[in-house]
Amino acid sequence: MAEPVLSVRDLRVEFVTRRGALKAIDGVSFDIARGEVLGVVGESGAGKSVTGSAVTGLIDPPGRITGGEILLSGYRIDNLPPEQMRKVRGKRIGMIFQDPLTSLNPLYRVGDQLTETIRTHTNLSASGARKRAIDLLAEVGIPAPDRRIDSYPHEFSGGMRQRVVIALALCAEPELIIADEPTTALDVSVQAQIIALLKRLGRDHGTAIMLVTHDMGVIAETADRVAVMYAGRIAEIGPVRQVVQNPLHPYAKGLMGAIPSLKGDTHRLTQIPGSMPRLSAIPPGCAFNPRCPFVFDRCRVERPEPIARDLHPVACHLYDEAPARTESVA
Amino acid sequence: MEKPYAQINNLRRTFDISKPWLNRVIEGGEKQYLKAVDGVSFDIARGETFALVGESGSGKSTVARMVVGLLPPSGGDVTIDGVPMVGRASSQDRQRLRRRIQMIFQDPYASLNPRWKVEDIVAEPIRAFRLLDGDKAIRERVGELLTLVGLHPADGIKFPHEFSGGQRQRVAIARALASNAEFIVCDEPTSALDVSVQAQILNLMRDLQDQFGLTYLFISHNLAVVRHMATRIGVMYLGRIVEISGGRELFAAPKHPYTRMLLDAVPDMNMAGEERVPISGEIPNPINPPSGCTFNPRCPFANDRCRSEVPPLLDGVACHAVHEGRIAIAVAA
Repeated sequence: MAEPVLSVRDLRVEFVTRRGALKAIDGVSFDIARGEVLGVVGESGAGKSVTGSAVTGLIDPPGRITGGEILLSGYRIDNLPPEQMRKVRGKRIGMIFQDPLTSLNPLYRVGDQLTETIRTHTNLSASGARKRAIDLLAEVGIPAPDRRIDSYPHEFSGGMRQRVVIALALCAEPELIIADEPTTALDVSVQAQIIALLKRLGRDHGTAIMLVTHDMGVIAETADRVAVMYAGRIAEIGPVRQVVQNPLHPYAKGLMGAIPSLKGDTHRLTQIPGSMPRLSAIPPGCAFNPRCPFVFDRCRVERPEPIARDLHPVACHLYDEAPARTESVA
Repeated sequence: MEKPYAQINNLRRTFDISKPWLNRVIEGGEKQYLKAVDGVSFDIARGETFALVGESGSGKSTVARMVVGLLPPSGGDVTIDGVPMVGRASSQDRQRLRRRIQMIFQDPYASLNPRWKVEDIVAEPIRAFRLLDGDKAIRERVGELLTLVGLHPADGIKFPHEFSGGQRQRVAIARALASNAEFIVCDEPTSALDVSVQAQILNLMRDLQDQFGLTYLFISHNLAVVRHMATRIGVMYLGRIVEISGGRELFAAPKHPYTRMLLDAVPDMNMAGEERVPISGEIPNPINPPSGCTFNPRCPFANDRCRSEVPPLLDGVACHAVHEGRIAIAVAA
């Protein structure tokens, strides 16, 4: 098998506070292959955005990576000095954030912002960079790009601005794009256009995409594989069809059942009691155990590791038929 | 047929978005108006959930605010349970009616006073309308209401910041029920919540409706949520209702091209990874909407008539192409 574009191994991120270190990410591992879209879902506080920030090296203090490694095409990037990381970011990793207005500088024309990025990462001339910027705007579906290139961000609508941000992420033809809630601020009809665009880019350029979102519908439409996160860990990871239609982990099951559907008849939605634990009070054992309808003694003491059962890895004791390894309860 | 509980008739609202007077004098330029709501009519039957859906800027929240009386309409009228909400007549009747109308807002962080304890927040309508006498009776009623929405009576002494988003929305619901309301206007009640919490709140709203026979006006941009909750649905586009239909029919056999486009655009969990029909364009600027049918620049069926003449709402749909039979209408399966 070809080497994955992104490989995250046992990643740990902590935020140091006065009341001690909060584990935002606690042992997360996954790979993304060339041209693949990995969806990362979970509710607020699950750690999905922090995972994205860790990969791009943009975790703000007091947060820091305390363990594990991040490999970009086999090359370790989590311990690079900031100056070198800056070269990787933008050139090899593109980023798309939720709010397109804050990712663009309102004082500069979009053309200037695009050509600046292009010239930073390639050795094109000014006119070459401008030509490339126009090509990029055309590629992301902005009508009349040769005129629109001289517009300011506020002259674009929300959907068009997000297209400009995507063009900006594509400037240096990165191997990997981290898209953090790229469609959350957009209306459904525009969201569908942006999803179609992301999918096409992955297919045409072989770009690996890590798509972070809380919207299962977006994941179902876009992703090849999906990782369901809960309280800083991956609960389940697998091909999107399997996870969406036959989730294994009780949390993933609850999450899928909680989403109102456009088909079928349900008088009541499946509801998961309670809410995501705070980082300062993650329960021992499986973090989901206080909300889990299938909880048993082992869940309260031993943390489940992701194990491949039948189909795909799932971190749940229900699927571990082997007896508890050791009763190492402190 | 029973008289509808709420009748909204030809409701209009324009906002003055002109530059200040001095700027107009110096720089020239005329007064500018934005038609946020332009002739919206619908009825709500007692005990039903009527939903308004639409994308941002379609005017759905403005309608909600006018229905509860938070915003005076520029034209048209609202009648709730036989009492006109607009105009000077029967102000005493209206005062009595107000108690029975409540609203739940989108952001439970902004809609609860952070300096008040939850028990005071929930007790406010009881005190304002003098429904109960004595602190003890009020406190008992507050405890009852908190239990009803799935909180603990002892939670009353906490402040809103001690609760999660879903729990705050429960407090907002308890407050809405405190005055024995029968008509609740919900403006995007679950949009700020995570899906698992959204499911809890939607289920709670349904249970309360079954228990107390509540009537809901439900505003949302989320079609799946609307489908789950609504008995009837009005689809809004640029200040007008383009289609009104029963909840099931709308999703089984949408008529208006905009409704069809909207339904096509919703990411569907069941079709994992499948291609779908691409859609074009975005909502135009409401300050300068297109002439005729406002959807015509995005509509694949638009002709000259669509570009010049506003289509009336006939048989639940406002579209020349449907009225003329130019679009085949799918038969509800």
